[in-house]
Formats: sequence, structure tokens, C-alpha cells
Amino acid sequence: MSSDKEIPFYMDPSYLRGLTQKRITRRTALQGAGAASLMAALAACGIGSKPSVAAHANWVWDKATKAGVLDFANWPLYIDVLESKGKTTYPTLEQFTKETSIKVNYSEPIQDNNSFFAKVAPMLQQSQSIGYDIIVVTNGIFLTDYMLKGWLTELDPTKLPNFTQYAATRVQARDFDTGNKFTIPWQSGFTGIGYNPKLTGREITSYSDLFDPAFKGKVGMLSENQDTGNLALIGMGIKPETSTPKDWQKAADKLKSQRDQGIVRKYYDQSYIDALSKGETALSMAWSGDIFQANLSAGNNNLKFVIPSEGGVIWTDNMCIPLGASHPVDAITYMNWVYQPRIAATMAEYIEYITPVPSAQTFIQQDADAAKNAADKASLSELAKDPAIFPSQDVLAKTSYYRVLNSAETTQWNNIFNAVIIA
Amino acid sequence: MAAVTHESRRPALGLRWGRALAPYLLILPGGGWMLLFFLLPILTLGITSLESGDFINGFNFTWQFGNYTSGFSLYSTQFLHAIEFGGAATVVALVVAYPAAYWIAFHAGSRKSAYLLAVLLPFFVSFVIRTLSWGVLLSDNGPLFGPLKSAHLLPLDFRVLATPVAVTGGLAYTFFPFMLLPVYASLEKIDRGLVEAAQDLFASKFEVMRRVIFPLSIPGVFAGVLLTGIPAIADYVNQDLLGGVGTTMVGRVIETQFQVSINYPLAAALAFVFMLGLLATLIIYQRIFGTEQIMGG
Amino acid sequence: MAETALPSGVKAEALNERVRSGPKWRRKLGAIVLPGYTHLVILWLFAPIIVMVIFGFNDTRGRLNIVWSGFTLKWFADPFGVTALTTAVYTSLLTATLGALISTVMGTMIALAAHRYSFRGRALLDAVMVMNIAASEVVMGAALLTLFIAANIPLGILTIVIAQVMFSIPFVAITVRARLVGFDSSLEEAAQDLGATPLTTFLLVTLPIIFPGVLAAALLAFALCLDDYVITSFVAGNVQTFPLWVYGATRLGVPPQVNVIGTFIFLSGAILAVGFAALQGWRSRRLARESAL
Repeated sequence: MSSDKEIPFYMDPSYLRGLTQKRITRRTALQGAGAASLMAALAACGIGSKPSVAAHANWVWDKATKAGVLDFANWPLYIDVLESKGKTTYPTLEQFTKETSIKVNYSEPIQDNNSFFAKVAPMLQQSQSIGYDIIVVTNGIFLTDYMLKGWLTELDPTKLPNFTQYAATRVQARDFDTGNKFTIPWQSGFTGIGYNPKLTGREITSYSDLFDPAFKGKVGMLSENQDTGNLALIGMGIKPETSTPKDWQKAADKLKSQRDQGIVRKYYDQSYIDALSKGETALSMAWSGDIFQANLSAGNNNLKFVIPSEGGVIWTDNMCIPLGASHPVDAITYMNWVYQPRIAATMAEYIEYITPVPSAQTFIQQDADAAKNAADKASLSELAKDPAIFPSQDVLAKTSYYRVLNSAETTQWNNIFNAVIIA
Repeated sequence: MAAVTHESRRPALGLRWGRALAPYLLILPGGGWMLLFFLLPILTLGITSLESGDFINGFNFTWQFGNYTSGFSLYSTQFLHAIEFGGAATVVALVVAYPAAYWIAFHAGSRKSAYLLAVLLPFFVSFVIRTLSWGVLLSDNGPLFGPLKSAHLLPLDFRVLATPVAVTGGLAYTFFPFMLLPVYASLEKIDRGLVEAAQDLFASKFEVMRRVIFPLSIPGVFAGVLLTGIPAIADYVNQDLLGGVGTTMVGRVIETQFQVSINYPLAAALAFVFMLGLLATLIIYQRIFGTEQIMGG
Repeated sequence: MAETALPSGVKAEALNERVRSGPKWRRKLGAIVLPGYTHLVILWLFAPIIVMVIFGFNDTRGRLNIVWSGFTLKWFADPFGVTALTTAVYTSLLTATLGALISTVMGTMIALAAHRYSFRGRALLDAVMVMNIAASEVVMGAALLTLFIAANIPLGILTIVIAQVMFSIPFVAITVRARLVGFDSSLEEAAQDLGATPLTTFLLVTLPIIFPGVLAAALLAFALCLDDYVITSFVAGNVQTFPLWVYGATRLGVPPQVNVIGTFIFLSGAILAVGFAALQGWRSRRLARESAL
């Protein structure tokens, strides 16, 4: 196989790995999943739809021009990063700047959807710029809110040719944003269970492991009630999409008994990964990529991720351009740029969540073949086959999106689950 | 120098008006600031607490007193936690601070200021960092418990973090100077002559403490309990960083309702009730213990 | 009191001491226990600071800084390696300086007015100060947020400074007022007898005398503003101050640069405080010398 593009030496993953402190050996994180056959899987999922450009009056894109700077707000641990001598740099962002002369001001202010929404909503309400050109929002009530309130800039599909060409068909038809008018995916991920086998003493396979009294005081649950609630429903064999408030109450009661027995140490936000790494929890509800990232930065393989046998939750984090963004053209240039398979592959090697560009898998495999170091070779080829990053059809069949909630249902859902989580 | 006559000392009319206006001019900037950014926000807080609606569709003023009842019924436990942990922390702080304040006031002699400095210096560092460092020190297998567990002096699943004990200890630590300084100030002011008089009357050390020193230090204890208790009850950062399940305090609920759930009316109702509760406690406290002028008389 | 003859070589106080305090062992114990206890308390107060400083030298890999992995100076060599942290520190210093300056000026003026004049509204002022203490940070922050939202004021550095000035003014007023309590106003009157205008009197007589109190109040206000978390978190919007950034960093692991910067702040505070105390000592010794002449 030959690569279409010559990558500069500083983009070579093995070179980058050499610069970071430790060599990593990774064992497969998931049980039981075979090699991914992504193209077939995706072909079976859903139909792609080519977006059409409707007539627009007074469109942002009519007047906006490239400014040479981009303010990008993202979640932590969500981009490829290089740490040397205590200084943090972002290789793909630097490459982007080199190729397009657009300087990227990258920041990681988003810890969860709720608090970020609460921070920016007052400004957007008054049509003020929030200081970012790209924000990354998970599908769910808040993304719907942004769209309903008209706080996102509609995207011009003619400026996103890479997306049209390379994005997975599944990704091009998301029912929470039909026609990809306002968002295109950044990465997707699973909510499942992260654990430290040395501390649990055994492999974790099922949602009911989180309720095992043997792990009393050593279990972490997420405070984001979308994740906790939906996973609880799946764990009880209820499909979130068709669940009713009665089901929610049943799930909440089960969670309450888990709490009352002292099994839960704490309901965590993003800091669950800190607790898991410290050994304060032996197993925890977790987001797939975080576990791999934690291992990467710790330089070991202590943590593992598993989608429970009953099923997991899948979600998509989406790039969007908020209203009043100062540099929309630069933003959409970047959004298009990251859909090149070579770039997507490099990012996937670090982020280790589900990339929206399936052909990235080919490039990762190439990097694996080209790797000089045996450890890098092993880890890269595992990455290319990892079902948590390139999920197979059977894995996908077991996962559900968040239950879609309207305004009244949201209040009900919040009241039911917050009663357990905010204790 | 020639004698200054009475007439020439009497200032001109303009200057006299200036003198009368002087206090008002002086307090205008500061007082105006407080009016605008302290009293007015409390008003908007009250107004917000009586609104209804949600963020997407907007909030409207509807005299919705239901926010207060739903707030209380949903979060009464967290109000209780706040009083429990804040109160316990205040007691701990008092018990720990009093002997130290006594020793510094009575027996440290010329090195008093050095000791006071030593007490205050750690609090120059941001309290988030200090609380985090406690989290490191007290972590399950960290610098303190790790070696103890390896030496089998502690059971392996022993932990302090994520318990009410950690939260209470953290609160007592964070607000410690607010207890020690007022207590010290009142102990320091005690006339040593009174102590000597008691000793001359053959009172034992214990009786001197019980009947002379402690009663005279009560104003300081009063001030210390107030200045420590109120922030301790309202704090939520300690329980965020050091707490676990069952340690949520009402401050965290208020913050969450504002910054995460964006339920402004409910959040405002909770905050308003909380403030009224603290104010009522303050007033009752002053009535019982007499009018202690915290402002300095 | 009638003088009774004492055996030679025995001081009256010593005799009384022996009569009053009880057996020797108890006195010795008392002499050890209480100071020992006080020193233990001080050690307890310094414990997290010591941990913070030590772990700034920790040769840690990855994002966790709780297990000792060896000594290194690399974090001290590169304390500004985390850009977002440096920006947050700079923002904190900016808002704290502004907040301290404004609140010191306003608070001192209030203290002067309250000390010297009795005027209508003084009781109200006192009440407002007390309410400020009773309201607690979470309520004040929440209330300010509702005001800024209702008035459409964008959240950022402006709102942070507004909030910080608001909660600092009472502390400044109390501190300066305490200093004014012992102030001898005859000096001011003397100056005015000599024909000085009120302004000149203030600048040349009053201010130099109360200056240590004003300086102490300014430093107190600066420390309070720099350290504030709760109120700032409500009104900061997207802006990050140092405490806000550190709190956010706890989710994934606090970088050792935070320990380094914390150590710097601590040392600056220590130097300032020791310097201040030394200055006080020098001034009082000088005053004593001059008045003895």
C-alpha cells in the first residue's frame, strides 16, 4: 500500500512517540470483538444524503472572509498533543497553520455540556460573540437547544467537500441534525465501564458489576445524568428510545439502592478519570477514549475499557460555529481540513475515540506497517483493529443513543435522576 | 506668633457646607457601589425567585412562590448537610483555636506577632490549592496513608476522603483564621490586672480560666463563631474536592441550579431562603449574646 | 497591702507563683503542653503548604501528581509551560490589583467618614456591612449574576472586578476603622489651626499616620481578590482566573506548574509579611528612640 501524501517527519507517529517519555504497549481493551469490517458495517447502517444548498438571504458566508486566526474551544484530551519539557503543543494544529496560514488559539474550556451551555447562553441570548469560532457539543438536549434558539451558524456545504467525500455514511445522516445544516461530527464515543484489573481482581463484563457489593466504596458513577440514566436503562434491559417515565423511575430506584448500600464512592464529572487513575475507584462509568488517553499519559496499561454485555451508550460530539463568531471562514476551513483521512488518522491515533472518517483506518494500518519500533507497531495495528475505535456491526447494534427528551420530559428526567445523583 | 482671634478661626460659609457634606461625599463612592452591586442584586435575586418558565422559552415574573416550596422539598437534605458540616466545622475550629490563641495571647511574649504571622501565612496561598493539597496528603494511598497501609497499621480499605470527616476537617481548616484571630484579639485585650487580682484571691488556674478569662473572651468567641460558621455553612468547594456521596451541601445545589441546570427561579429561591436563614441566625445570635459590634464600635 | 518581710533572696512574685500554681510537675507540664500544642497547630496549618511545595519538585509523568517519583527542578525551570494557566494567573493579578486599588480608596473613605462624623445613614451603612458578611459568597455571587443577566451586562473582566470590589470594601473599611480608633485627632486640629485646608491636612497629616493600616487593608483586599473562587465563578463568564483554572484542572490532573506558581505566591506573601512586620518594628523602635530624645 502506498500513501497518497508524504507526511513531514514531525508528523510521523513513531517519531512523536519517541519524543514522549515512555514506550507503550497496549493490549486489546475490548473483549471478544473481532477485526472490524468497517466499510461493510457502515454500508449496512443508514443511507447517506447529499445536502442541498437552499437559497439564503443575507448569509454569513456571502460577506465573510478568511481572517487568519481561529478560536477553537474543545473538551480536554480531545486532540493530538505533544508534551515535551513541560510545554504542550498540538501537531495537527501546527500543520494546519503551516498549510493555511491560519493561527489556531486552542483552549479546552468545555467540561460538560450543561455548564458550558450555562456559561455561553446568556451571551448568545444577547447576540454577543462568545469568543469562540468552533465549539464542540454532544448530541442531546443542549445541542437541540442551541439549534432551536438559532444560536448556530448554518454551514455552507460547498465549503465542506472533504466532509461530503470522506465522512462515513452513518455520520452524514444523523437524525438530530438532518442535512448536517449546523454541525459536523468531531468524534464519537461510547459510555461504558472503565476499570483497573489489578484493583478489581477480575475482568469486568456486565453492567451489574457496577452493583457488586464486593466493590463497596470503590465504584464511580457519572454525575451527567444523561449518561448515568441511559446506561442504567440499558443495564436493566430497557431500550432508552422507547422508555417511559415509569422505566426511568425503576432505573433511578436501582441506582438509589446502589448508593444506599455504599457501593458508589462518588458521582463524578470528567474527574472520574482522575479518581480511576489514582485508584480511588476500582471501576467506574467511563467514556471510551479517556481510558486509552489515561494509559497513554501514564505510560502503562493499567486501565481497561469495556462495553457492558447488556449494551452501551453511543454519542457524537459535534463541531459547530456559534452565532456571532468572528472568524467563520477560518472555522469552516478547519472543519473541512480535519476530514482528510490522513489527518483523521493522525488525530485518531491520539484521541482514540471513534473517528467519523472510516478510511482513516487504512492510514493507521500503514503507520503500523511503517513503524520501526516493535511496540509502536503493535499498538498501532491494535488501534486499527480496535472495536472501540472502529466498531463492528454487532458492537454498534448493542449501543443506543441518548433518549431524546422534549422540554417537559427533560424536567421530569432531571428530577427523577438528580434525586439520586445530587445526594 | 500673634494670637488667633475667634472670628478669624470661624470658617467661611462655603467651607462650613463643605464640612457638613463631607461625610456624605466620602461615603458616596463606596456606599454607591454597595448600593448598586450588593443591595440591588439582592432585589433582582428576589425578583428572579418569583419567576417561572425555562431557559429556552424565557422566564416571566409570575409571583411564583412555588419555587420556594419545591426548592425546600427537593433539597432539604442538602440544607441540613450544610448546617451539620458547617456547624461541626465551627465547633472543631473553636476547640482547636482557643488553646492556641490563649497561649499566644498570654505566654508568647514578644514573639506574639511572629506566631500570628505563622498562623496567617499559609492562608496567602489560594484555598483551592490548599484544599487540593489536603486531597493529596489524605489520598487513599498517598504520602500519609500509603506507608501506614504498607506497614499494616491501617486496613487496606481505610479512607478519609469522600467522607463527611474529610469535608468537616477541610472546612475547619479553610476558615481557621476567622476563628483564631477574633478569639486572640479579645484574649489579648484582657486586662492582666484582673487575672492577677483573681490569683491574689487564691483562685486556681482552672478557676481563673473559667471565671475570668473565658467570660471576658466571649465577645471574641462570638465573633469567631459567626465569621467562621457562616462561610463554612455556605461553602461547597471543600465538599466538591474532599467529599463523596451523601456530603452535598446546599451551596453546591445553588451553584448547580444556576450554572448547570439553568433553572434561575429555583436557584434564586434557594439562594434567597439560604440568605434569610443566615440573616435570621445572625440576628438571633446577636440578641442572645448582646450587641457585639463587629464593625469595631 | 501590708508589707511582710520575706526571706532574703526570695522574690515576692516567685513566692506567689509557687503558692498559686501547684506542684512543680504540673507547672512543668503546663509549660510544655500548651506551647507544644500551639506548635502542632501551626504545623497542621502548614501541612498542605509543605505538600504543595514538595510536590512542585516531583518528577511526575503523566497527569497525576500524588505519588512521589523522584526529585526534579524542571517544573521550576519552566513554570509558564501551560499557556492557559499563565493567562489565568495574569488575569488574576490584573483583577486583584484593580479590585484592591478601587476598594482600598473607597473603603478608606468610608472608614474616615464613619470614624469622624455621625451622619444619617451611618446605621444603614453598618447594617449593609454586616449583611455582606451574613449573605455569604454563594448568595452574593448568585445575586450579582441575576443582576448582570437582567441588565444585559456581558460577563468578563469587568464583572469580575465589580464583584471583587464589592466584597472587599467591607473588609477594608473594618481594617482601616480599627486603625483609626486610636487616632489622635488633635494632630489634625493642630494642622488646621495652622491654616491647612482639609485636603492638605488629610494628605500631609492623616494619611501618613494611618498609612500602615491602609496598606494592610490593601494587601488584605489583594489577597482576598486573588484567592476568590465562589463569587468569581458566578460572574466570570468565559474568563479564567487562577483559582478557577486550578479547580477546573482537578478533573484531569493538576500540572506541577500549579505547585510552582503556588510556591511563588506563598514566598511573595511571606516576604511581604515579614517585611511589613520588620518595617513596623523598625518604625516603632524609631518612634521610641525619637520620643526618648
